Amino acid sequence: MDIGIKENIVAIVTINKDIVSSSSAPIFYAENEEQRERVALLIAKTTRGMVHDLEIGTYIIVRH
Amino acid sequence: MDKYFISIVTSLIMGTLARVLMMKVDYRQYPTYPQAYLSHFTLGIIAAALGAVAIPSIAEKEFVAVTFLALAAQQFRDVRNMERQSLDNIEVTELVPRGTAYIEDIAKTFEARNYMAILTAIGSSIGVYIAIYFKLHWSVQIVIGVVFGAIVIFYLTQMLKGGAIDDIADVRVAEITFEGPLLTIAGVPVMNIGLKESRKIFQDVGIAVEIIPKNPYAVAILGNIGQRQSIQHNAATQLGIRKDLDEPDFTPIARRNPENGNIVMALITMESDAEALVEVVKRSPVLESSKRKPVDAAGNHKNREK
Repeated sequence: MDIGIKENIVAIVTINKDIVSSSSAPIFYAENEEQRERVALLIAKTTRGMVHDLEIGTYIIVRH
Repeated sequence: MDKYFISIVTSLIMGTLARVLMMKVDYRQYPTYPQAYLSHFTLGIIAAALGAVAIPSIAEKEFVAVTFLALAAQQFRDVRNMERQSLDNIEVTELVPRGTAYIEDIAKTFEARNYMAILTAIGSSIGVYIAIYFKLHWSVQIVIGVVFGAIVIFYLTQMLKGGAIDDIADVRVAEITFEGPLLTIAGVPVMNIGLKESRKIFQDVGIAVEIIPKNPYAVAILGNIGQRQSIQHNAATQLGIRKDLDEPDFTPIARRNPENGNIVMALITMESDAEALVEVVKRSPVLESSKRKPVDAAGNHKNREK
């Protein structure tokens, strides 16, 4: 049986430090868009999550 | 026993034939693999045998024997359970799950097909019995039995033939666009794709369809989540999906346009052939469990007047 937490933000990747504050999901600060893209991809691949763009310089990775 | 030899053998063969014919109706109707084929063939023979002895036992005034049919019903409910369990067990191994509604539908179909074998056998043994009653030649008895059985097979196959999406909706190719990160098909936002790489793949090789319901019934049927899941599953398995477990971006999601009930779905397949996708969606079965008739509902006066 497959047990795991779903519909949950597993990580936040951002280039905009001012806008994100989290007490549950880890935040990764990226230096530029390219790095953000790469970090998000790596986290998503590891957690089997999906990357969503919030359009405020921030990606969230969610397990569906 | 000699007296009923023709009756029992004819109806046994007709009943088994009914089951075998149903196995070949459609390639999608799992399972047609060797092992499952054999087990369902055997169950078909058992079902046919039970049907075949029903009429002779009534003729011999052995009414108690008919209660065996109740036992048979119990037995074939187990067939439904067996199918449901095995499909449930492999559900986690599917890239795009069938969904519980589809599984339930398949399981019910298998149960119904065994009843079909019983009814066909009963039908043809009634035929033979009538021929015996009129003291016809044994070859005529067989012919009448076969004809009766064939009629039952014909009517039941017609009855069990569920509809396809083609019957209730128009399906056409739709265009994939992006509104920022939102994957949008025919104006309906489907999902938020964050990775630019994934967006590019969608734009380059993604194919999409729009399913337009023909009437209010179809709107309700297509709104059913199980129904949509089964369409996703059919499309993904038949066209070959370009996705792995760690790529949820490419999971096909059928979303509904809340304004008019249209369903849109995008898919990344191994070979982008939008026409093939339209064809597959058209041929997807309409699930029994998703059938609704909202317009006939008592309180729905407005629609009824139309």
